[in-house]
This record gives sequence, C-alpha cells and structure tokens, in this order.
Amino acid sequence: MRGDGALERLGREGRIVVVGASLAGLRAAEALRDEGFAGSLTVIGDEPHEPYDRPPLSKQVLLGRASAGRTALPRLRAVDATWRLGVAASGLDMAAGLVRLADGDEVPYDRLLIATGVRARPWPQEAEAELDGVFVLRTSDDSAALARRLDAGPERVLVIGAGFTGSEIASACRERGLPVTVAERGAAPLVGALGGVVGAVAADMQREGGVDLRCGVMVTALEGDASGRVRAARLSDGSTVETDVVVVSLGATRNTEWLAGSGLGAGPRGIACDAGCRAFDIRGIVTDDIYAAGDVARCPHPLFGYQFLALEHWGNAVAQARIAAHNMLSESAERVPHMEVPSFWSAQFGVNIKSVGVPSMATEILITQGSLESRRFVGVYGYQGRVIGAVSFDHGRWLPFYQELIETTAPFPPPFATVDRRPGGQRPVDADFPDPSVPTHGPTVTLSGYSPADRRTTFTPAH
Amino acid sequence: MPLERTDPVVRIAVDLNRCQGYAQCAFLAPDVFAMHGEEALLYVPEADEEQREQLARAVAACPVQAILVDAVDVPAEAVSGAR
Repeated sequence: MRGDGALERLGREGRIVVVGASLAGLRAAEALRDEGFAGSLTVIGDEPHEPYDRPPLSKQVLLGRASAGRTALPRLRAVDATWRLGVAASGLDMAAGLVRLADGDEVPYDRLLIATGVRARPWPQEAEAELDGVFVLRTSDDSAALARRLDAGPERVLVIGAGFTGSEIASACRERGLPVTVAERGAAPLVGALGGVVGAVAADMQREGGVDLRCGVMVTALEGDASGRVRAARLSDGSTVETDVVVVSLGATRNTEWLAGSGLGAGPRGIACDAGCRAFDIRGIVTDDIYAAGDVARCPHPLFGYQFLALEHWGNAVAQARIAAHNMLSESAERVPHMEVPSFWSAQFGVNIKSVGVPSMATEILITQGSLESRRFVGVYGYQGRVIGAVSFDHGRWLPFYQELIETTAPFPPPFATVDRRPGGQRPVDADFPDPSVPTHGPTVTLSGYSPADRRTTFTPAH
Repeated sequence: MPLERTDPVVRIAVDLNRCQGYAQCAFLAPDVFAMHGEEALLYVPEADEEQREQLARAVAACPVQAILVDAVDVPAEAVSGAR
C-alpha cells in the first residue's frame, strides 16, 4: 500500500542494522541520519576497533609515519548508534528478519545493510602460513604486526603477489632500505588491473627501486627453521629465496560465509544486488529489506553493460553506502542507481597512480599524454570502440576529463590525436591483459556475468 | 562506556580520488601533510590539538575539498559494546 505511512513509520521508529563497521558501514550510518532516519541503528563489526581507514595501512604505517592503531575514520556527523564491536555476525534469518551474532545474540531488523567486506586470502598451506614471520595485510592488527617486524630490520622481505597492495608493501620496504624480493605469477606487477603495457612500467619502477622482481613464477613452499620461523621460500623455477619476512598478498576473499544457507544471493564473488544496492535472494528475486555496499557488493553497472561488478575500491564503498542508505528509506520511484564511475589510486615507488573506469574490461590502450618511458603519462583504455577506462601516472589532474569521456561513452580511439603534440600521433596497441581463464591473485574489479545467482568462481592456489 | 582517549585528537582521511596534488595542505599544515614524490600525498591520519588550527586552514584551502576531518567531537560519538 503506497502512502499507508509504512515508510514514514520506518523512518520514525524502525530498526536498521548495519553488519560491517568499516568505511561503508560507518558512512552508511551517517547517511541514514542525514536522510532523517530517527529510529534505532545498530552497527555490528567483527573487529574490536571503531571504524578505521585502510589505505594508510600499506603506506604511512609501513613507512613509520603513522601508527596502525591510529587511522580511525573521521566522523562526519553523530550517528547515535548502538555499536556491537568485536563480535561477528554468524547468520541471517530472512524470514524472521534477524541477524545472529557469534556470541549467541540475535538482532532484529526492519532494514539490513550488509557491508562485511573482504579479508586477505591466506597462504593456502596452513602449516606454512603459521610460521613466524609470515604475514598478510588487511586489518590494522595485520599492519601493526608487520610494521613491528619491519622496525626490527629483517634480512630480506619476500612479497608474494604484485597487485596494488603487494606493490605498495614492496615500495615501503625499499624506502626503508630493506632488501625486497617480489614473486608474481603474472607477467608483470599490476597486470591484472592495468594490463601488460602499463605493467611493464610498474616492473621498471620496481627494479629501478631496487626490488628483486621475479615475474612468471609461483612460490611453491615456505620453509621454517627448528624454532618455527620462516627461513626460505621455494619458487616454481627451482630457485630458493632466503627470507625472514614473507608478506602474502594474493588478493582477498569476500566475507559471505556467514550468509550460507540464508537464502540470500551471496557467494564467493560477493552479494548480488540490483543497481540500487538491494540484495537478490538465491532465486534471483530482489529482497525488500536487505542491501549491500562496499567490497562485498556485486552490482550491475549501467555504464558497463549492466554486468555485475564487484569493486574493491575506497570510493565505491563510500558511494554505495550513501546509495543504500537513501534507497532503504525511499519509495521505489525515489530510489537512485549507483552509477558512479569506478576510481582508485595507489602510491608506489614515488609515483602516484590513479585510474577511472574499468581498465580490466579493455582490449586496447592508447597513451594520450606523456610517455611510458618518463613514467608520467595518461593511458586510455578501449573496449569495442568506446573509451572504458583511463590510468594516470603522475598525471592525476587530467583524469576528470577522461572520466567524462567514459561517462559519455566516447568513441575509442578518442577523436583528438593526442593531447601532447607529437609528430605522427599515437596508435592504440593491445593492452595486453592476461588470459582471464588463467587465475591470477585477482584484480580489484571482478566481472562476473549477468546472473544474480552466478556462483562460478575457481581459485587455484599456487601449487 | 565511552572509550577513554589520553589526548584529544582530530581524525583525518583524505579522499585521494578527489585529491589532485595542489599541495595547498602541505603548505598550510606541513606537520600533517607532505607531498611524496611529485603528486602523491602522505598525511598523518591523526592531528594533535595544537595542529587543529593549521589543519582547519588546510581543509578550507583544498581546491577540491578532499580532506575529511571530524565534524563531531570524538567523546560525543564514542564507540562501545553497550547494548
């Protein structure tokens, strides 16, 4: 019944529960109050910390310029919430409308937002992962432990996986003067996210920065000494790297196990939702009262053929939190789609890397400004004759222009020759993305078809 | 029960998607913000009480308004395990 006052009642005295107390969860709580929600608000988080910012954990903290326990997110407004921190959600009863907690409690809701994010994919061999000196980096506790170990001056740090996090860790270690080896299964660092043309530049940056970079290899085993400290790593090319600190940087796993059997459309690729962040159930029917935001959400994106995209980007978490908060309090005609163009940044080896759109969907790249050799450039990505993404190395101020090209589905190659006057101009080249059927540690964008019930995913550990 | 903090602080996050490296913050609040390379920004995610003033100037001066700081005092919006 439209206009029966149900929404108004929800806004006045409803119960909204947010599962996940990180960036998306906090920003959603703030947005709900901004929208005028006056009912009860509960935020549940498995970590004992108040919401904190993660990007500094692989940069400032490892450089010793900030401490891991002190990256709490600024509060943009009071949210008057009940915080349940240090206790994980363990189950969802959609029929009864309640969330079960690991401590046995049950929290009823009228509207639920799931923002449980991702966790670092651990080293697949459990006994080896337990060795002293083997780390992952996702949480502030991870960052604190790794920073402490770096302070102690290890002999050599081995980073497994040269995605953005792994590359940033390697960069910070080199800046601190520590010997670093990076082992990457792909042909170059960042190759899954940006392709081989740009990956080759990232490889040069690492080598010039003093990294012992080894691409096209896998770590097959980690070895410990008698006291259980990591001592060496064996590589698939037969070589051995002696190391006393290993950082496993093999991408992330979505935190959806707690939803198993609930009937929600959740799986290893995340939670399928509509373009307004409303979650689907396992039958492909959209729910009325459950929303998802942040790394754990998989949404069809209007700009990218309505393919389901799961984005592990800071800006995506902020944007979806706002969209979900607005939509859960709105009549259907008042709901808004999440249409923000994906964007992310990374700072490594003295270079600021920024990107808009979805480069990993592309087949071609055109360097429109600067040059690969100078490591100051803009690369534009093309897919089926349109501009689909862009990346900048120390050229960030230009990105809004390219974002507009993506938003207006501009043709590729773009109609201007190049922004820099260069005799002969430039021709697009193959962006050289790895074969998608070959598993890598995963880019920060996951494309997963068109079906809410799409549960196909395989990860083959490096063995 | 609010969490006790030993010193009043202002929490900071910079939306680095918005940041375009104008470096006004590094100029106005050098204790908090520093350029790292030509374009990347490194900042201390927490400022002391005595840095509050220069921080406010940096926030106001950012041409793209990328700097986010506490709008409410921390103790007023404490986090607790209370039901």
